[in-house]
Amino acid sequence: MPDHPAADPEAFRAEARAWLAANFPASLKGRGGVMMAEGGLPSEPDIRAWTRAMADKGWGVPTWPRAYGGGGLAPAQAKVLQQEMSAAGAWSPIGGMGVMMLGPTLLEYGAEAQKQRHIPPIARGEARWCQGFSEPGAGSDLASLQTRCEDAGDHWLVNGQKIWTSGAQWADWCFCLVRTDQARKHEGISFLLIDMRSGGVETRPIRLISGNSPFCETFFTDVKVPKDNLVGPLGGGWTIAKRLLQHERGGLAGAGRGGLTAEPVSDLAKGYLDLDDAGRIADSDLRARIAGHEMDLMAFQLTAARSMRESRSNSGPSAATSIMKNAGARVAQDRAELTLEIMGNQGLGWEGEGFTRDELAAVRGWLGGKAFSIYGGSAEVQDSIIAKRILGLPDPLGQSR
Amino acid sequence: MAVLTEEQSLLRDAARTWTQEKSSVSAFRNMRDAALPLGYDPATFAEMAAMGWCGVIIPEEYGGSGFGYLGLGLILEETGRTLTASPLLATALAAASALVLGGSEAQKRRWLPGIATGDLVATLAVDEGAHHAPRKVALAAGRNGEGWRLDGAKAFVLEGMAAEVFVVSARTSGQSGDEGGITLFLVAADAQGLIRQSLKLADSRGAANLAFEGVEVGPDAMLGEVDAGWPLLDQILDRARAGLAAEMLGTAVQAFETTLDYLKVRVQFGQVIGAFQALQHRAAAMFTDLELARSCVEAALIAIDESSPDTAELVSLAKAKMGETLHRVSNEMVQMHGGIGMTDAHDAGLYLKRARAAETAFGGQAFHRDRYARLQGY
Ligand SMILES: Cc1cc2nc3c(=O)[nH]c(=O)nc-3n(C[C@H](O)[C@H](O)[C@H](O)COP(=O)(O)OP(=O)(O)OC[C@H]3O[C@@H](n4cnc5c(N)ncnc54)[C@H](O)[C@@H]3O)c2cc1C
Repeated sequence: MPDHPAADPEAFRAEARAWLAANFPASLKGRGGVMMAEGGLPSEPDIRAWTRAMADKGWGVPTWPRAYGGGGLAPAQAKVLQQEMSAAGAWSPIGGMGVMMLGPTLLEYGAEAQKQRHIPPIARGEARWCQGFSEPGAGSDLASLQTRCEDAGDHWLVNGQKIWTSGAQWADWCFCLVRTDQARKHEGISFLLIDMRSGGVETRPIRLISGNSPFCETFFTDVKVPKDNLVGPLGGGWTIAKRLLQHERGGLAGAGRGGLTAEPVSDLAKGYLDLDDAGRIADSDLRARIAGHEMDLMAFQLTAARSMRESRSNSGPSAATSIMKNAGARVAQDRAELTLEIMGNQGLGWEGEGFTRDELAAVRGWLGGKAFSIYGGSAEVQDSIIAKRILGLPDPLGQSR
Repeated sequence: MAVLTEEQSLLRDAARTWTQEKSSVSAFRNMRDAALPLGYDPATFAEMAAMGWCGVIIPEEYGGSGFGYLGLGLILEETGRTLTASPLLATALAAASALVLGGSEAQKRRWLPGIATGDLVATLAVDEGAHHAPRKVALAAGRNGEGWRLDGAKAFVLEGMAAEVFVVSARTSGQSGDEGGITLFLVAADAQGLIRQSLKLADSRGAANLAFEGVEVGPDAMLGEVDAGWPLLDQILDRARAGLAAEMLGTAVQAFETTLDYLKVRVQFGQVIGAFQALQHRAAAMFTDLELARSCVEAALIAIDESSPDTAELVSLAKAKMGETLHRVSNEMVQMHGGIGMTDAHDAGLYLKRARAAETAFGGQAFHRDRYARLQGY
């Protein structure tokens, strides 16, 4: 079947609805957030069946070309699919860094053989990827990375250390930035795909303040990587990485959107706080801040919708994603702080009796969410991008990258 | 910094030396990792008591030193810096204040010397719900022969598992929410019908929920006057709040200093990140906030020592400003450290968790802004 089969997105709606009705198991309704937790999906039969159905249909990555296992939908159709899925309480079991970051980047920059090898498993939710960018000395200043990649004739030889590698302990593959030239900062960076089962790869999980360990230190010691695994030209990794980071930011802006589907904090507040005779939250201080937050959330949602309408071409994310990333992180973090404040003492539990599951989850979520403004480029780094690339202000660091 | 007497300076210096040497943040971390059942290390608390810290606000005739609230505040500031976990605030400040302010001669003689030596841990049991609301007392105290019978519950009692004695607010008349009809009682933790449930909190400190199922106490358990406990309770709480604000000041100052140190050493883009004005200005703003908050905390402690008529306003001012400042500094501590600040191995998370617990205890910023406005008559 060709890509973009039905020109009319509304005609597509009926098809999407019927397919979801036939294929989405009722037992999984509304469980998406819980299911996508660390370590991948549990192996319930319904989840496996649902994953297979979505993989066969290509709707885990609805806009990717059918030739690589995608759904081949036009953006407008993908939006309709999204709407129908939320209406049905359905969620995509296919996600992760392969879907959010590597897939779109590879489609743009990868060689044909690389696309054929790596995109279909991502589209089917069968390959887990991690992102080997940050190093102990290279965070915000990513281009100062030092992991060395040498030409060893018939293979690349990689030595170095990555850090904060999310999901490295579970990943099959790592897309990695490596240094192929010591003399040139940005032009000395290349983009390499590394099989995590290669000899010399070691991961050590790091515990987060929220108590779980979803990321690692990743060590590469004399790791041999096939020559074919270089994406783009030698020394061309920085351009690819910047593009990939835009996809990451675009995806992370969804942190704010998460607040749109969750229970509004105002509803939560009604269960924890005194109400006056008219049903208003009696604590006028907190009430005003809850309203302020819900307005921020609405403003964020409206801006997301507006930018979707205004991006006429399908050219993907731009520097403007930095705006959405920061706004999304802020709304999500504000929500978490307000949730704790609304819960009061009940929002201070760590484990054990005396607290509901939701209360304990709120505390862990609040702590984990502090990373929204750190990863994918910190809030400060995004502000610098907005200042330089959108506002045209000078770069005090003279990086002009 | 307030002008200190020689005794106060000595107290502060001793506290600083001891916390740095004996009760550093890593000691707190070890306590947390060992999951000690009380939420503090009794041996550490014994050392604190041996230095006389439990008797700072207790008059000499009952075994204390009578150095006052500013003195105890100086110690709490130092323990707050290193997140030292101990029942000092609960017993030596809050419960001791209850007895000093409201106790009969016999009650003082019975309880204060033990508190002053640290042999006895006491605490307040006031709140009954998720939010600090000291007028919302539903726990009922009914006449029972000569004495009383208590039925109801208390929530989130600080050091509730360690305490041997609770200062309990109970309702003897009126309805939950009324100021009139509140009466305070001293209840032993081993009283028949008193059931406690340990709570595991994000800040790893000790707390418990209490259930009172027909707990019988004698006539000598009543603290202060029947039905007229509210003004006493309000004063006790103000002392606890001011002391907690002092502890929070230390916590915020240390969180700030640790962050400032990091701004001076972490290099990105070929320079220390403290060279970036975006961070410099935020650091300067935090420092300004800390200076303002310190003034409020010291003013509140001094007002208590001088029995000043505007004590309540100054205490709410201190707790609210200190809460705002600690909230901001604890968030910035994580943010300015980047990835490392998100790791459990770094101290930032410990400060962040303690910050929210301290903000919430005895009324958060919203509670104290509202109380400040009410006290000012608007
Ligand atoms: C939960 C989590 C998951 C992550 N997952 C991954 C992953 O999967 N793969 C990966 O490669 N990385 C990952 N990261 C790393 C993340 O991208 C980095 O933490 C981030 O880029 C910041 O780098 P850093 O931690 O070294 O902080 P630093 O760069 O040292 O920054 C410290 C502080 O300085 C500020 N700062 C730095 N430069 C400037 C400037 N010029 N102006 C103003 N302020 C500045 C920063 O904003 C920050 O507040 C993850 C991080 C976290 C917390």
